[in-house]
Amino acid sequence: MTMECVNPEGLRLDVRQIQNSSHQTLETRMTPILMKGHERPLTFLRYNRDGDLLFSCAKDHTPTLWLAHNGERLGTYRGHNGAVSCCDVSRDSSRLITGSADQTAKLWDVKSGKQLFTFNFGSSARSVDFSVGDHLAVITTDHFMGVSSAIHVKRIAEDPQDQVGDSVLVLQSPDGKKKINRAVWGPLNQTIVSGGEDTVIRIWDTETGKLLKQSDVEVGHKEAITSLCKAADDSHFLTGSHDKTAKACLWDMRSLTLIKSYTTVVPVNAVAMSPLLNHVVLGGGQDASAVTTTDHRAGKFEAKFYDTILEEEIGGVKGHFGPINALAFNPDGKSFSSGGEDGYVRLHHFDSNYFNIKI
Amino acid sequence: MEVVDIDARAAKLGINWSQVNFDSIQLPPGEDFGIESDDEAVYHDDQSEFDTGFGNIIVVDHLPVVPKEKFEKLEGVVKKIYNQLGVIKENGLWMPVDPDTKMTLGYCFIEFNTPQEAQNAKEKSHGYKLDKSHIFAVNMFDDFDRLMNVREEWEPPQARPYVPGENLQKWLTDDKARDQLVIRSGPDTEVYWNDARQKKPEPVHKRPYWTESYVQWSPLGTYLVTLHKQGAAVWGGADTFTRLMRYQHSMVKLVDFSPGEKYLVTYHSQEPSNPRDASKVEIKVFDVRTGRMMRDFKGSADEFSIGGPGGVAGASWPVFRWAGGKDDKYFAKLSKNTISVYETETFSLIDKKSMKVDNVVDICWSPTDSILSLFVPEQGGGNQPAKVALVQIPSKVELRQKNLFSVSDCKMYWQSSGEYLAVKVDRYTKTKKSTYSGFELFRIKERDIPIEVLELDNKNDKIIAFAWEPKGHRFAVIHGDQPRPDVSFYSMKTTQNTGRVSKLATLKAKQANALFWSPTGKYIILAGLKGFNGQLEFFNVDELETMATAEHFMATDIEWDPTGRYVATAVTSVHEMENGFTIWSFNGIVIYRILKDHFFQLAWRPRPPSFLTAEKEEEIAKNLKKYSKKYEAEDQDVSLLLSEQDREKRKALKDEWEKWVMQWKALHEEEKLARQNLRDGEVSDVEEDEYEAKEVEFEDLIDVTEEIVQESM
Repeated sequence: MTMECVNPEGLRLDVRQIQNSSHQTLETRMTPILMKGHERPLTFLRYNRDGDLLFSCAKDHTPTLWLAHNGERLGTYRGHNGAVSCCDVSRDSSRLITGSADQTAKLWDVKSGKQLFTFNFGSSARSVDFSVGDHLAVITTDHFMGVSSAIHVKRIAEDPQDQVGDSVLVLQSPDGKKKINRAVWGPLNQTIVSGGEDTVIRIWDTETGKLLKQSDVEVGHKEAITSLCKAADDSHFLTGSHDKTAKACLWDMRSLTLIKSYTTVVPVNAVAMSPLLNHVVLGGGQDASAVTTTDHRAGKFEAKFYDTILEEEIGGVKGHFGPINALAFNPDGKSFSSGGEDGYVRLHHFDSNYFNIKI
Repeated sequence: MEVVDIDARAAKLGINWSQVNFDSIQLPPGEDFGIESDDEAVYHDDQSEFDTGFGNIIVVDHLPVVPKEKFEKLEGVVKKIYNQLGVIKENGLWMPVDPDTKMTLGYCFIEFNTPQEAQNAKEKSHGYKLDKSHIFAVNMFDDFDRLMNVREEWEPPQARPYVPGENLQKWLTDDKARDQLVIRSGPDTEVYWNDARQKKPEPVHKRPYWTESYVQWSPLGTYLVTLHKQGAAVWGGADTFTRLMRYQHSMVKLVDFSPGEKYLVTYHSQEPSNPRDASKVEIKVFDVRTGRMMRDFKGSADEFSIGGPGGVAGASWPVFRWAGGKDDKYFAKLSKNTISVYETETFSLIDKKSMKVDNVVDICWSPTDSILSLFVPEQGGGNQPAKVALVQIPSKVELRQKNLFSVSDCKMYWQSSGEYLAVKVDRYTKTKKSTYSGFELFRIKERDIPIEVLELDNKNDKIIAFAWEPKGHRFAVIHGDQPRPDVSFYSMKTTQNTGRVSKLATLKAKQANALFWSPTGKYIILAGLKGFNGQLEFFNVDELETMATAEHFMATDIEWDPTGRYVATAVTSVHEMENGFTIWSFNGIVIYRILKDHFFQLAWRPRPPSFLTAEKEEEIAKNLKKYSKKYEAEDQDVSLLLSEQDREKRKALKDEWEKWVMQWKALHEEEKLARQNLRDGEVSDVEEDEYEAKEVEFEDLIDVTEEIVQESM
């Protein structure tokens, strides 16, 4: 197992804390841990429940496992033959599921790195999510060669020997030509929440497969939904979108009521919610193909922190050389990591000043 | 009637179709036996015949009445005149003659090949002076019926009751003394109050698709002009913006006001179908208040520009430059080797002729007086020196001129109160391979207009920008090499030295390429636009100190409000990202930022000049403390109110959020058992509630001292 942990001197970054009423600027410094293990842009980051492991997915074919406190690389999961777009880890940190553009989703043994099972699809697997209890997984697939995009529910067997590839339920998106970028389980596995390129958030009934609710075009996103992240207690979730105002919206998971929205100036690729404080983080930046060569500041490759309740920006963390594609909070809320188009994962431990931010 | 019926009928009558010669049958004229012809061409022909009419015939009146002997001569003269304006049809000129006296009747009819030619001939020759007593009156023949119907008796027009207009200056009476600004973004045009105290703009009026290209304030701020396919319109009024007047000019492209906003100049140019031709230009001058067109100018673009490089594409705007001052008396046009100065009483050339100035390339009015400065470059390979001259209008007397040698280019800069003229002169070095710059400074208001030559400390420095302090005696220059040029300040008079220009300071290595003086002087923004990404330095020239440095990333435009209290910096849609504007205080503190996608334009509403005399203004400045108390108190009130509102709003938001959280917690609790079952009986929720943010306040006792206060007896 190779160890690679880069912590270069001199690479410092600032969390701006704008004290709103008095226009005072407080600065705290924290040195990120720069984790260099992927050769291609990052796509997804995931902490396990204990917060000691961090899984990263990238467009290279190997999901990687890191120690969450110091960025030490523990190992890789070899077997995929295409960009890996998403992963999820079971509650007891024993199983990993990954979705890839090689038209498969794979189950892995976290500890040994062994492949346990491969689900084959006719098109790329875009997102994966374990249910409460880890007996089910929801996998979304893209449209490809006449196969329209769909949401598949698979049963995950206790013993990998018993695992079968059959879908328990298949949900077809009304517009099969549009990608479903993310689908996650609702409370008590009774619903599935999905969002994608057709800008609509849908809630499906997992018993009947019926569409229960969908977001109103007026209040919802105007462009492709790129990311969706749910709260620890499954009560609400946050979506990020490419709409021109580059919005992220906070919704109630049961009623699909829009509660808050956060506006930034660049397309949002990734969103995360702090489990500890009332903070949300948005990451994104100019589209990789539109990045100009004039000034790296023009792209705004910043992870921006917002106050959840007041919807006001409180600061930003710079550092990536390209758009931010993935964000994740450690379940303890004391660190977070970001993955960029530049192929780096940056792991930030908050310093004490962060916890004393006041607006 | 069906074909079958016809055949049956024919058989009954014993007609053999094959023996009938259809061509020999002649119907009586106008008779169609109730059968309509399906040949549409028949109708069409009739129609077109009807259309031709007499549209290509004009009637020329007020010709001399001549006897038979002179008939041919007169005919020759008329033919000669009108052959220049269009092609007269063969035998197209008819001059009726009195059958008794054999004298002409003093008018004639001329038929042109096309109605367009006739229209053109009518426009061009109407009012043509053949001699003193014969001024042509030309009309279209088709207009005759209309003209004949004019009643013989004159009826006095009905006096309409006076309707008091809206107070067009009402925005100046705002009790918070705020300024207005207009912005265009996407399809919307919006006017706002700049409410710096509330740290946000307050909407005044918003209208989608208000204009089809851009909007512009009149120079004194009374009107907002919008452009449309049909022409221009001005808007204004007491409370909202209502349309006050329209000016018909189809496909208008550009507009310009006279400085006193009496007249509006509109411009339209048409691209030629043949790219080698010059484009056609039409310019109209309107009276703003009545909407009447005072004069129009038509011609090819060549007549409205000096040609040469850059002049081919079209005229440079504004074509007509207005003389300074509020009375809007003169306007001038520069064309090849000529300066045409018009006066607005008759809208004709002064002394009926243009000024001939060989090779003139630039003219510039004094902002306050009717003095025109002009620049003529070197000619004859340097045998004839370049010249800068000041000409008094309307007398056309040359007040002062200066010859300049080995000059490559000149730029003229007037100071806003017309006291000084700075001419930036680029001269060739001896090798003629490069140029260096210097200034010629004219003191207009002094006797004989003395000229002073100013050279920069380092003669080889390139001059990047130059700007006069409005109403002041100072100017700023950015000079040196990119990317870190120097900025120097000069004064035309200092306390020690009233008659000579002297340098105040040089700031080394600044990231700046543009200068923006506050309209009241004293403060200046050194801005690095475009290549410098929007670096801003707010500088106090009185104290020669930097008040603040800031950055509005990628800023493209900077504009001071008319009072010099606030500055707007904007990123317009030339950049894709971060369109919008920021309002700063004069000393570089951000007041608020507004982001707008597809942001096109921002313009402050100008204010008319103050009626206060300079002495009065000085007195107010001296006793500022007395006046400012009231406003400071107001500021305090507003900020208290604001923070109060803010607190309440935050509290409401927090409460609302708490409600959601409570609801979620309750539901979470409710579902606890179900979740436990899903997890095969694992009791697991505990951890999720483990962390909770709590605000803890603590006090530190740092030091305790006791002091004994002595009671005085």
